[in-house]
Amino acid sequence: MTAEAPQASGTDVLRAEHISKHFGALTALRDVNLHLARGEVLALLGDNGAGKSTLIKILCGFQPPDSGRILLDGHPVTLKSVDHARSLGIDVVYQDLALVNQLSVYHNMFLNRERVRGLLLSNRAMKRLARQYLDEMGVHIPSVETDVAALSGGQRQAIAVARSVFSAAKILLLDEPLAAMGAKEAAMILSLVQDLKSRGDVSIIIIAHNYGQVLDICDRVNLLQQGEITFDKPGKDTSVTELNEIVIEEYRRALQERQRSA
Amino acid sequence: MSETAERTPAVAGRPPGSPARENGSWRLLRGLGTLLLRQRELTVFVVVVLLVLYFGVISSTGRAVFFEKADLINLGQIAAPIIIIALGEVLLLICGEIDISVGFIYAFTPFIMYFLIQYYGVPGILAIILALVCAAAIGWVNAFITVTIGVPSFITTLGTGFVLYGLILTMAHGEQAPVSPQVLGIGHWLGTYAFAEIIWAVALVALFHVLLRRTRWGLHTIAVGGNQLGSAEAGVNVARIKYGNFMITAVLGGFVGIQIAFQTNVIDTFSGGAAYQPMFYAVAAAVLGGTSMLGGSGTMIGAFLGAAVLTILQDGFAVLGISAYPLEIFFGGAILISMIASVQLARLRAGGRIKR
Repeated sequence: MTAEAPQASGTDVLRAEHISKHFGALTALRDVNLHLARGEVLALLGDNGAGKSTLIKILCGFQPPDSGRILLDGHPVTLKSVDHARSLGIDVVYQDLALVNQLSVYHNMFLNRERVRGLLLSNRAMKRLARQYLDEMGVHIPSVETDVAALSGGQRQAIAVARSVFSAAKILLLDEPLAAMGAKEAAMILSLVQDLKSRGDVSIIIIAHNYGQVLDICDRVNLLQQGEITFDKPGKDTSVTELNEIVIEEYRRALQERQRSA
Repeated sequence: MSETAERTPAVAGRPPGSPARENGSWRLLRGLGTLLLRQRELTVFVVVVLLVLYFGVISSTGRAVFFEKADLINLGQIAAPIIIIALGEVLLLICGEIDISVGFIYAFTPFIMYFLIQYYGVPGILAIILALVCAAAIGWVNAFITVTIGVPSFITTLGTGFVLYGLILTMAHGEQAPVSPQVLGIGHWLGTYAFAEIIWAVALVALFHVLLRRTRWGLHTIAVGGNQLGSAEAGVNVARIKYGNFMITAVLGGFVGIQIAFQTNVIDTFSGGAAYQPMFYAVAAAVLGGTSMLGGSGTMIGAFLGAAVLTILQDGFAVLGISAYPLEIFFGGAILISMIASVQLARLRAGGRIKR
């Protein structure tokens, strides 16, 4: 089996080899091989139901694969839980963002990683660090003391991304970061990803079903179709047209099969 | 945190064609209204001041003076139990739960103290501590059924409340019990001294204010109530927060029960549903003080002021010699008005008219 896997390269921070996952009779993932180089931005594309969420849940430690293994910096690891994965530097920015509306920006950024002096929160230190960090990332919000409820969708996304990067995540999984986002806000998130990429210390997997938006900023594209990675190309060597054709082709084939069996 | 938030321009401005006659006094009035809506504690504080003035002025020209020592003692003794129990309910309401059984914990705990002393010869202070540990255990059971098994806390604590009530009546054979002489010494500091309870209450308000605003526990309590799934994803131990807050509330309830026993020098069974009263007043105080029933927000100072409103209304009626019968109408009205105000506030916030 292992002979089929692509050769390990020294720069890969994350490799998933021969990952399979079944839910009863349903095969969610079939022998998936995925690799992510240091500082790389990988777009993981695929239609709804292609297995993107399942793959992400496995990569972030939420659920174990039925078979296959995960390597971090070349070492095999068993991700026991989301917390465990996070302690190893893998962090997910969920679609729901996991932000608390009633708390300020800086409290959200430090949620569960608060700075304390003795028993008391050191709010001043957290404010200063949050402000400094958001400035560095080029995220513009009125004030870190604003409640998150008052921010726009794009700003909220930026805060969530900043929180993950801030907490020393080395591998960032962004789950549909552009869903339900206006053009201006999407552009802001994309430029944020680009900034992170140019800094080079974070490797990013962007999950998306709208590939037009992410094609420009990603280094490489993987297409997931019915539980298999069917396509792996550098972002600059492919186009929206090509990806569209692949997906439409799949749809056509499925339609024909259905008609044949009917 | 919200006090210092910068005011950003309104997102959804008023539609064109809305009142153009923005003269000075109108704007001042609107500004004042906005300020009062934003600062819930301030609103309640203003109400407290108005009530004090009203009852104070009326009574000083009439029969009694509102601020004589006896009045102050009376006010403190009515307010303190409501305040202390409200502190626990605020924590629970913020993290999205409620404890209906706390009044029965309040009735139950002094009996445990009494039995430990009378039948097991446990020394006084130890008996009080063990009784409070027992109260904490009841809080743990409430949390276990709610958090681990998944029954809504309203139902859980409704059930455990009845169970406790039955236990009290069974154990005590439906009779009151005397306060054992062994604990009268410490009892002086807890409840017998006329101002003991209100001093405890004020100290606990300060302590819980710091707990809520300046510690990880408080921050996580708000986070759990605001976005339970999200806090869990961020790694907050949701179950631990809820267990802790149920146990804190139960211990506070038990503590107040012991204080009342010393104050009245008798351990009452609070039969006929009387044990519900402190809980209802405490929740009312919390809500009046701006704690949301939906979780995620609330303040300890607000609960303190809410309890003050309820107390002054109650005592003011007595001082003026007005019949106590319509009193509850005022209580209900105050709660309804404050809830309508907070629903209205939420709507304005959603529309971007008011920033937090």
